[in-house]
Amino acid sequence: MKELSLNILDIAQNSVKAKASLIEIEIDETDEKLTIIIRDNGCGISKEILEGVTNPFYTTRTTRNVGLGIPLLKDACEQTGGSFEIKSQQKNEENLISGTEVRASFFKNHLDFTPLGDTVSTVTTLIQGSPDIDFIFSHNKCGSKVFLSTLEMREVLGEIPLNSFEVIKWAGDCLKEQYQDIVK
Amino acid sequence: MKSLQELAAIREKMKGKVNLREGSNDIRVVVGMATCGIAAGARPVLNAFVEAVEKEGLTDKVTVSQTGCIGICQYEPVVEIFEAGKEKVTYVKMTAEKALEVVEKHLKGGNAVLEYTIANNK
Repeated sequence: MKELSLNILDIAQNSVKAKASLIEIEIDETDEKLTIIIRDNGCGISKEILEGVTNPFYTTRTTRNVGLGIPLLKDACEQTGGSFEIKSQQKNEENLISGTEVRASFFKNHLDFTPLGDTVSTVTTLIQGSPDIDFIFSHNKCGSKVFLSTLEMREVLGEIPLNSFEVIKWAGDCLKEQYQDIVK
Repeated sequence: MKSLQELAAIREKMKGKVNLREGSNDIRVVVGMATCGIAAGARPVLNAFVEAVEKEGLTDKVTVSQTGCIGICQYEPVVEIFEAGKEKVTYVKMTAEKALEVVEKHLKGGNAVLEYTIANNK
């Protein structure tokens, strides 16, 4: 992947497939470190499968037998000296809550650090593709914050679908303006 | 900063339009957005379709949606176009520029851009 924002898009699609109703994407950034957290309330992953997901030869797809999404992200962070972690919980007698959390940390000054890229497009693409799922996006950078929540948007919009062109455009512009303030 | 008031204005503007759209979409543009598609550049292709369909005033006729892996990863980004009563058209190795051409010639003009279809890229 050319940008980490593409890895984020890819991993978030797994949450969509896990039938999540809420997907949170959090980016925490300091001068030297960048951490990406993708958290969902989807169906979760069983212990047996969880052990295998970082293996590039594991996939749930039926079209072929290799899955690269998680190994690609794991590689991208580990090649900078960073760390990767995936936690997941399925519903059972003791646990009524299910979900998955992927956490990847990168050292930004490492030669092999992949740039974060266009996170705005990633968020608008996710909303466009899954208008019935809620997304909470936040990017914290040295004390400033970029934030978007479709929960808030939905409250204002009522019955208007989130994948309407005007709405997607508003979401993109809203994020872009906040990023401009961060850069200043 | 963009305010939620602006969003409320969008809502007012769109009220009533929503029901009108239901059921009138007869062309479906489907972009493959699995790991393979994303890595090959599907995100700008999808966005080009979304923007051009709006710009050309085709939103009543055309819906743009996303799907997982279609199974022909070597041809990604892949875009399939479904139209009632017609055979499916599969475009391969797409770019944002090619997407604009497909909107113009195929979605608007009614003629598939054969050059970019899978049959001509094997």
